[in-house]
Order: sequence, then C-alpha cells, then structure tokens
Amino acid sequence: MDLRFTPEENKFREELRTFFTTEIPASIREKVAIGEHLSKDDMVLAQKTLAKKGWAAPHWPKEYGGTDWTPIQRHIYTEELQACSVPQPLAFNVSMCGPVIIAFGTEAQKKRYLKGMYDLSEWWCQGFSEPGAGSDLASLKTTAVKKDGHYIINGQKTWTTLAQYADWCFVLARTDPDAKKQLGISFILVDMKTPGITVRPIQTIDGGHEVNEVFFDDVKVPLENLVGQENRGWDCAKYLLGNERVGIARIGMSKQRLSRVKQLAGKVMNGDRSLMEDSRFAEKVAAVEVELKALEMTQLRVLAEDAKRRSNMPNPASSILKIKGSEIQQATTELLMEVAGPLALPFLPDEADFGSGDHWAAPAAPAYFNFRKVSIYGGSNEIQRNIIAKAVLGF
Amino acid sequence: MDFDLSDDQRQIKDSVDRMLADAYADLKTKAAAQKEPLGFSKAMWAKYAELGLLGIPFAEADGGLGAGPLETMLVMEAIGRNAAIEPYLSTVVLGGGVLRHAGSAAQKAALIPDVVAGTRRLALAYQERQSRFDLADVTTKARSDDAGGYVLDGEKVVVLGGDSADTLIVVARMSGNRRDRSGLGLFLIGGTAAGVQRTGYATQDGQRAADIKLTNVKVGAEDVLIGKTGDGLAVLERVVDEAIAAIAAEAVGAMSSLHDLTVDYVKTRKQFGVAIGSFQVIQHRCVDMFTALEQARSMAYYATVMASETDAMERRRAVSAAKVQIGKSARFVGEQAIQMHGGIGMTMEYKAGHYFKRLTMIELAFGNTDHHLSLVAKAGGLIAPAA
Repeated sequence: MDLRFTPEENKFREELRTFFTTEIPASIREKVAIGEHLSKDDMVLAQKTLAKKGWAAPHWPKEYGGTDWTPIQRHIYTEELQACSVPQPLAFNVSMCGPVIIAFGTEAQKKRYLKGMYDLSEWWCQGFSEPGAGSDLASLKTTAVKKDGHYIINGQKTWTTLAQYADWCFVLARTDPDAKKQLGISFILVDMKTPGITVRPIQTIDGGHEVNEVFFDDVKVPLENLVGQENRGWDCAKYLLGNERVGIARIGMSKQRLSRVKQLAGKVMNGDRSLMEDSRFAEKVAAVEVELKALEMTQLRVLAEDAKRRSNMPNPASSILKIKGSEIQQATTELLMEVAGPLALPFLPDEADFGSGDHWAAPAAPAYFNFRKVSIYGGSNEIQRNIIAKAVLGF
Repeated sequence: MDFDLSDDQRQIKDSVDRMLADAYADLKTKAAAQKEPLGFSKAMWAKYAELGLLGIPFAEADGGLGAGPLETMLVMEAIGRNAAIEPYLSTVVLGGGVLRHAGSAAQKAALIPDVVAGTRRLALAYQERQSRFDLADVTTKARSDDAGGYVLDGEKVVVLGGDSADTLIVVARMSGNRRDRSGLGLFLIGGTAAGVQRTGYATQDGQRAADIKLTNVKVGAEDVLIGKTGDGLAVLERVVDEAIAAIAAEAVGAMSSLHDLTVDYVKTRKQFGVAIGSFQVIQHRCVDMFTALEQARSMAYYATVMASETDAMERRRAVSAAKVQIGKSARFVGEQAIQMHGGIGMTMEYKAGHYFKRLTMIELAFGNTDHHLSLVAKAGGLIAPAA
C-alpha cells in the first residue's frame, strides 16, 4: 500500500496546472471561483481551449480525441481542473451523450456528432426528466411514433439545463406504448431547430436561468437519429447515468471553495478578530475539511479498484461519492454565505450591479441556493441510497 | 497510489483473522477469559507470540519482524472485528512504541525479545486525573538521585493494561510547571517495584486498566529512557499518534462487524409479517452506516500512512483529522446498530453491544472528536487559504 503520487504524476499535475492557469482567462476562472454564472461564450471559450490541447474529454477513447491516461491521471485532471476553477467541459456533451454515441452509436453518428460535442461547436442538452418522471425516470410519457420515415415526437421535458443555448437534445421517448416501463423507451437525437420545439425558461431560487421546460409538439425527427436499438434506450440511459459518476464528488472544486472560504474569512472581521480566528467558525470549516479528506481517500480507493477491475460497470461504492460529495459541496456554499454575512443579502443578478468592495459576496447566497440542486440531480441522494442498499447491502 | 497488500502482509492478515475469528466465535469463551487472573486468556497471548504478531513493529536487529504501521493496522483491524481484549495496544503499540523511539540499544536488548516472546507485557503510564487530553499535563515528579537515576512520585490513572503489565513506562516531570511542553522524562519501572501501588479494574469495553500510585519509586540509570534532555513529550506524542492510527484501524474492524451484523439482522428480523430490512427507513440507515464506515476506513488508511510522517506538525494534523472522522463514524455506526437491533442490542449476550462499547471508548481515547477537531482547526486546517 502506497498512497503517494509518483514523481511522474506530480509532474503531470504541474503540467496541467500551468496550462489551465495560463491558457484559460483569469476572468473566467474568477467567476467559477466565486460561484458566479458563466456566459455561453465563457464556456465555449474554455472548452475550445481544452479541445485544442486534446484535453476536453480525457476519458474518451483516443481515436475520438480522448487520451490514454490512467485512472489516476484522469483523477488528477479532474481535480486540477476544479482546483484551478476552469469551467468543466459541458457534461451533456462529453460525459453523457458522447460516451453513449461511442458505445451505442453507428459509425455515421460518431462521425457526425462527436467532434461537435468535443469542442462545443455544438451544444447538447438532456431530454430525460418530465413533470411526472423524476426519480422514477422510466415512467416518462413523451412519445415518438414512427410515421413516413420519421419519428413524430410529442410530450414535455423539464429541468433541461441550458436548453436556451442548445443545438441538440438527446431525448428519451416512448416508442412502444404497450411495453412495460423501461422496455419501450428509445434514445433519440433531436435538432433543437426543428419546428414544434418550444423552450420555456424556469427561474430558479438563486435567481438564475439555468433550467427550462422543453415542449415537443409533432416534432419530426429522421429515423437515423435513433441511437442503439429501438425500444432499448434504457440501456443507453443506464450507461449514461453510470458514466455521470466520473468526477461527481467534485473534490477539487470543494477544495478550491474551502480555500476561498478561508481566505475571505481571514479578512472579514468578527468583532476585534477575523472570522477565521473565531474557534466556532474555524472548527466548522475544519469539520468539512476532514470530511473532504476522507472523501478524497475514498475516491482514490474507488479509482484504484476500478483500475484493477477493468470493468465497465460503475463501482456501487461510487454512490458514496455522490452522496458525500454533494453534501460537502453544499456545506462549502453554506460557509461562504456565512462569511458574507449581511453582505449576502443584496439581490444583484447582474454582474454590473455588484459594486466594487463586495464583489465576492454578491453571488454567495445565489450559489448556496443553486447548490441545493446537487443532492437532487443525477439521481437524488435518496435514490443513491436505494442503489447502495440494493447493490452493496443486498436488500 | 496503490491500496494492495503484499504477500507477507496478506499472510499476516489471514493468520490473525483466522486466529481471532476462531477464538471469539463464542462470547462465552470471551467471558471465561475475562474471569482469568489477568482478565484475558494467557493462552491466547501465547498464540499472538507464536504467530509473530508481538514482534511486528520492532526492528529485526532487536528481535522483531521489522514491519510497520500497515501490518499493525491489519492486526488492530482484526482485533476490532472480533472485539478482542488482549493487551496488544498497551504492550506492542504504546509500550513498544516508546521502546522503539526512545530505548537505548541495551534497553531494547533487555526488553524487546521478551515482549516478542510474549513473556513480558508493557503499559504506558502517561495520563493523570487532571490531564484530560493534554499529554503535557503531568504532575508526577521525577527527582534526580545524582547518580544518573531518578525517584518518582505521583499518580497515574486509567493505565491501559497497567494492572498486570510486567514493565511500566512512566511519564514524569523533571522540571517546569504542570503543562510545560519541556521537562518531561520517560522511565522504566517494574510492575511490582517497591513503591508501586496498582488498583486494577475492568474497563467499559471489557479490557483492563489500573490507577497507579508511585511513592518514592527508584529508577536506576539503566532504566531511564528520556532523562536530562527533558524532551519526553515529542516521543509521547509520536507514540500516541501511532496508537491513534492503530485504534482507528481497530474501530474500522469493529464498525465493519457491527455493520454486517446489523444488515444481517434486519434482513432476518420479522415484524408486521415482513423483514424489517424491507422498510426503506431501515435500508437508508444501513446505507448511512456503510458510508460512515467507508469514510472511516479511508481515514484509517490515511492515519496509517501519516503516522510515520517525519514532519511532526504534518503528522499530528493528519492523525487528528483521522481521529475526528473515526470518532464521528464510530458514534454514528454504534448508535444506529443498537437502535436497529432493538432490545437484543441492549444485551451482553449479543455481540452488537460489545462492539458498541469498544467503539464508544475509542471515541474517548487519546483525545475525543471535539479535542481533535479543535487541534485541526488550530493547526490551520487541511487546506491552505487561497492566495
């Protein structure tokens, strides 16, 4: 047992850090650091920069632009990316739909879509959740009916993240209304410019516009946009949700947030001492740091095991990463809001309104509100517990 | 980065696992051992020696196995998994630790072979009634006899394994005030030396300890481990850090048994015509226990690796962080296990309570969760503030 990184791994980390901090504009990274919303241009610029270097999707096979990095190197990549506050490559492209196309798609689909996913020249969104299908995703009702060489899609999707920017949507739709639940679902790629699609923004409690409702009204989609077999879309969905675990613990991001919390709490005064010198607050921070260290070690254990198993099945213990990782992320936003104190109150959705002195404080409360989502999306923490109960504990 | 065991390590793990699983299969055997004069089975202790477990951390030149914290972790985890009561922690980890770090060649040669053979048990007498978790809070006095030896006076409390140890290692103050970090010495004395008055008792977790009164106890020059230099505290801190790593592994063993026991129990216990494990409220609690256990396991590894870190500041910070996680997880897993077992968890006839009691004492040992959280915070935490 040796828990140290090798000198080569440390050198690799240095190389990444140098690239991230010199090639990704500081203004963008600062926004990520304080939890401010990014513009579409910010995200596209960051991903294009990574893509040019060949680092936009390290977990993809090399022939599609991925790398042959070891699981540990990939872990270091994710950690450094987050530690340097680089915007993550769009998950819908590189972590969700991309791997599905690689695993289930035809050669023509790979040729047509992967490059655009990789460098974000095409923006993808996820058409999974519906008003009546959240944790119970397989109860979805959107239909795709075959007619005259097309699928005709009707229904409503919701919580569709950044659909307002999207060129494409990967949709789960029911293609066999008589089959039971999971069995009659297909995975279909839909061009967002197709007539019949309406995107309606949802304003969330942080004041932001991140998610949308998407309505499909007789939307005509070519049959060749089916991925995998008809009625076997659930296989794609399961595969996708398994892949979503990559980096889900967001350990690097939480580390960065905590270092920011400590920096700011060292400046904010609480009576005649800094907040960081207040033992109650310092111990609250330390408690989160301990949890985070434990989670980091857990993540490394999962990685080491995955590397040995060489299996495609995600390790069920990785559900722990989602549960604890989300709790810790939420704790960091809570601490930052606590540091901001009364300065967290002003509601200034526009960056221009931030003012000069308390630039960092304005997004503190919105970030806290926004991060309530991390224990809900990608399989809520209660669903994660169900998964562990079944897969690990054998209930 | 690799979490694998070597062949030798696997062999140690298999042999200690097998030995303890056999010995502790039946709680009646444990109860009988507790009634023996030593409060544990002498025959079992001989088996530890036979398997070479008592020699693990000592250098080969001193008659040991020349293994390290990882091998100690494997033994301690097995001890935890079986709620075993033999004084491995007091003799090998605590007493042995001081010998390793502070013993002269002659002292090591005089003591270690017997320890390894199982014919000499050690105890580390450092705690006093007023000291709580402060290792420097020592009032027991060591007066120089001007011939290189010392005379000890004072009282030590809750000395683990101290009731029957053959050799006691005493922390005593040679100079300075009560909580001064300098001026502490370490001394070897016989368990039955003149002026040593021991009051032995059982501890909450079924092990043994003693309060020890020292009146005019003479220590010859050859039995002084740390004298004039007065830097006994550094050795004590190092040994206690190693002990925390060891009980972290023990706690992981105990938690994993308790977790398995609980999951098995709720799958078979029927109420309202169904196994109570079919209720989601029970399943989710089991998952939370599992999470607490795995987080603790991660930090036990971390402590094991960091216990031999040469930078004392880094070592202390890491070990304290581990103790925080262990303490939190131990409390949570223990309480949940008893709750989910219901009435049966309250009885001494069932194993769950044994694990729970040991875990509860581990939380209190060598500084509780709050104490170590405060140390982590005072040391500036684990993550540097942004520049």
